[in-house]
Amino acid sequence: MKLSRNNGLRASAIGALVVSGALLLSACGSDNNTEEPTKGGGTQTSAAASNIKCDGAKGQLLAAGSSAQENAVDLWVKNFQAACSGVEVNYQGIGSGGGITKFNQGQVAFAGSDSALKDEEVAESKKICKGGTGVNLPMVGGPIAIGYKLEGVDNLVLDASTIAKIFDMKITKWNDPVIAKLNPGAKLPDSTIQAFHRSDESGTTQNLGKYLSTAAAADWKYDPKTKSWPAPDGQAANGSSGVAQAVKGAEGSIGYFELSHATANKISTVSINTGASAPVAATSENASKAIAAAKVKGTGNDVALSLDYATKAEGAYPLVLVTYEIACDKGNKAETLPTLKAFLNYAISEEGQKVLTDADYAPMPAEIAAKVRAIVPTLS
Amino acid sequence: MVTTTPPAIEKNRSRRAKNASRPGDRIFSGLSKGSGITLLVIMAAIAAFLTYRTVLAVSKDSTNFFTTFEWNPAGDPPVFGIAVLAFGTIVSSVIAMVIAVPVAIGIALFISHYAPRKLAKPLAYVVDLLAAVPSIIYGLWGAIFLVPYLDGLNQWLDQYLGWTYIFDKSADGVARNLFTVGILLAIMILPIITNVTREVFLQAPKMHEEAALALGATRWEVVRMAVLPFGRSGIISASMLGLGRALGETMAVAVVLSPSFVLSGHLLDPGGGTFAQNIAAKFNEADDYGRDALIASGLVLFVITLLVNGAARWIIARRKEYSGANA
Amino acid sequence: MSHAVQDRPVAFAKPRGPLAHARLPRWAPAAVAAGSVAAGTGIGLAAGWHSKVQWGMLSALLFVLATYVVTTKVEGARQAKDRIATSLVWVCFVLAVVPLLSLAWVTVSKGLEVLDGYFLTHSMNGVLEVEAGGGVYHALLGTIEQVAIATLIAAPIGLLTAVYLVEYGTGKLAKAVTFFVDVMTGIPSIVAGLFVLSTWTLMLGFGPSGFAGAMALAILMMPVVVRSTEEMLKLVPNELREASLALGVPKWRTILKVVLPTAIGGITTGVMLAIARITGETAPILLLVFGTKLINPNPFEGAQSSLPLYVYEQYAVGTDAAVARAWAAALVLIAFVMILNLVARGIARWKAPKTGR
Repeated sequence: MKLSRNNGLRASAIGALVVSGALLLSACGSDNNTEEPTKGGGTQTSAAASNIKCDGAKGQLLAAGSSAQENAVDLWVKNFQAACSGVEVNYQGIGSGGGITKFNQGQVAFAGSDSALKDEEVAESKKICKGGTGVNLPMVGGPIAIGYKLEGVDNLVLDASTIAKIFDMKITKWNDPVIAKLNPGAKLPDSTIQAFHRSDESGTTQNLGKYLSTAAAADWKYDPKTKSWPAPDGQAANGSSGVAQAVKGAEGSIGYFELSHATANKISTVSINTGASAPVAATSENASKAIAAAKVKGTGNDVALSLDYATKAEGAYPLVLVTYEIACDKGNKAETLPTLKAFLNYAISEEGQKVLTDADYAPMPAEIAAKVRAIVPTLS
Repeated sequence: MVTTTPPAIEKNRSRRAKNASRPGDRIFSGLSKGSGITLLVIMAAIAAFLTYRTVLAVSKDSTNFFTTFEWNPAGDPPVFGIAVLAFGTIVSSVIAMVIAVPVAIGIALFISHYAPRKLAKPLAYVVDLLAAVPSIIYGLWGAIFLVPYLDGLNQWLDQYLGWTYIFDKSADGVARNLFTVGILLAIMILPIITNVTREVFLQAPKMHEEAALALGATRWEVVRMAVLPFGRSGIISASMLGLGRALGETMAVAVVLSPSFVLSGHLLDPGGGTFAQNIAAKFNEADDYGRDALIASGLVLFVITLLVNGAARWIIARRKEYSGANA
Repeated sequence: MSHAVQDRPVAFAKPRGPLAHARLPRWAPAAVAAGSVAAGTGIGLAAGWHSKVQWGMLSALLFVLATYVVTTKVEGARQAKDRIATSLVWVCFVLAVVPLLSLAWVTVSKGLEVLDGYFLTHSMNGVLEVEAGGGVYHALLGTIEQVAIATLIAAPIGLLTAVYLVEYGTGKLAKAVTFFVDVMTGIPSIVAGLFVLSTWTLMLGFGPSGFAGAMALAILMMPVVVRSTEEMLKLVPNELREASLALGVPKWRTILKVVLPTAIGGITTGVMLAIARITGETAPILLLVFGTKLINPNPFEGAQSSLPLYVYEQYAVGTDAAVARAWAAALVLIAFVMILNLVARGIARWKAPKTGR
């Protein structure tokens, strides 16, 4: 039939067009984002890339875990990939609990966690690390900022006990006398405090809990070891960025997240009154001062730290966290091992730690960094 | 005449028998049968796997799976239950249906009977296209535009209708609650219900409508007498389609709702959860057992959806004899 | 007879009684609308309400009430009900159109802020999540590959199953297949994703990949293809089949050369609509492909990204730059889905049997 022949030709012409269009599409994308002058990140250029040793790093390295460190890892990945071509490091900030779970399932090469492995998790990791065990390698530190949005109040000061009461929904109004006493002269409105916490399992939550149980034991009676938010009520959001967004969006809200999330979203942060001469603001230098007093409590290849949350030192911001990269000391997957070692080497190296300060994170104190630097090359 | 079959016809009969099992026929029918069996096997495998995992999970649950208000399968002993999730899913879907079905019927009537003819066709086209918008985009729009907007509505409802238990806002917070989720789901399922209902209304027998008009009925009376009764089963099937989508909606709920494991009749309080949103939120940090618990909740959702679809089909089958279509 | 007709007196006056009612003038609805808007605004201002929406709702309520009262007085109760129904239908229309148009408008206007050629051809490699820059190419490629593989899996199986059900199926197997296809249409997308996660990704240990996502999408697509193809095949008139069989064409050739080509327009439309639907599915993709910032052209190995996943991730980051990227990606996604829809409808109209309607 005349019609079918024409239609057949037309159909196959269209089909050929679609296929060639598809082939063209698959060829025309680019991974190179450094040439664009007006767009593209302007923060850290790859000046630090020169000293990065790639050492046989290749392929795709999957990692997951704490959302508190995701901005730091993002920066490291950018510099690392700029220096080592053909390598991809893929970190998903799904929360400390999620990262450890995926690590113990063998889905990721290393996990980022704001809290050291629990005993059960260590036992689980022995199954996936053939002949070895999962070890905690601290590489990132930082202040946990208490971010808030309150019109007209720029420098909110709180202390541990007030923070505990606010997050436990015992203080419900902004103009509560306890808050007013800490902030003489501030115009506190008569609105309700909207407290946000993490809905997923988070090492940041755990660090906040540890801080509050240490520094405000009378007001925070919940189990400090839990990664899930223990108090009833309050509103929840997913991930540090979720809480940051929620606080950014709601007037009269307060929440907790790593400082880099506060800076990225331009959220005001609380200065903590520790009993020192002046309230301490949440900055990376102040956090470093607090982390400097940390003691190593892990043995062998494990560098788990115990932090001093009750520090009253001058200028030390006590609400800090340290994020560990958790990998196997022996028994890592062979294909990703070179990339894993090269990346972790860069992260703990001096250049790697130096870029942290510009991103509102705190580098590791010298002895701890030295210890970790000695362990990373021994991973197998 | 001797009535023996002449040899010629016998030869034809055997040729006919051979035709029926020509290799082409066998291959093709085998292929299509095989596809059917493949589909069957896939579905059976899914059902078996889900059931097996569910049984594993629920048997080790230390509390009643259906009535517990907590989700902690990693705990010792594991404690998890779907009460909050079932409530949230059903409530948000019911709100969505209560809002969407009447409005969809209105729009369908508008397109089929009330709009100027020139406006009707492009409008139908646009609503068709809107049915294809992915749900993550509804979630994005909902979180960024709808939630701040509904803050005002929530306060108004609390102020004036707070005497009804459901609109009494007892906890402060932004409008990230089941009510907002219900409204967003309503907006999402509106195009689907409108499309199917419009198709049904367009098929209402014109003779009945014209007869009613000839007898002096107003336009509304025509619709009420000739179109709506005809389209009743179509409206129900369209609603069930929309309900199925609302029940399984994941991303829009995950982005908009502020989740918590609290079962509260105050619909304006932030909190609650749905099956799909809970799975999306918890699958990352779930170990093997946690994932089994999530699969168990997924199976419950699956069964609810099946029941809804089955009910719809039963209603349509019952009303089939009254419909005018040749279906 | 004609006598009687001619002799009838013709002095009928214009019927005034019950056969003709008074009618409201044409400008009445507009006048009532204007009046109720004025009254609504006035009352709103007097009561101290600031939201224009509340004024609008009050005006709408006053409009409905005023229309009812005025019409009942002038035209009668039935006409009043008719006008109310008309108003309600118009109100429904406006009520629904406003959010849907807002959605479309917002997506287009916010998406166009960042969308350009650079955005479409670059990935997010080397761009920090919190700052501006980067593009969506890796996600676009991921979506296209995953959807293509899902279609390659689902379309043939779905098509052949529909052929089996319509052409060959009688008896228990066909009934079982129909039942299970019905069951399969009801699988929530997140459950399909969870199933593939537990079996393929974790139990069999294959890890995240675009292919895993494609499998979940295929599970979701198959029943839709089966159903729509079944409908299309049933529409093919039996006479065509019988004529072909009567001419001695074997059954398989009949199906391939007569039935399928007749229904091909509808089948293609159904398949493309199914493709458009699964393109927007985020939930199973979220569980299965892990996400990445680089271009991964290999869907069988390694993490990939996908447009809906990209939108979700960028929204989760939350900074202004990231949310702008999310909108632009959302616009790309909608455009992709719309193009598929329009092409599907175009094919349907091109291939549709020319009827009188």
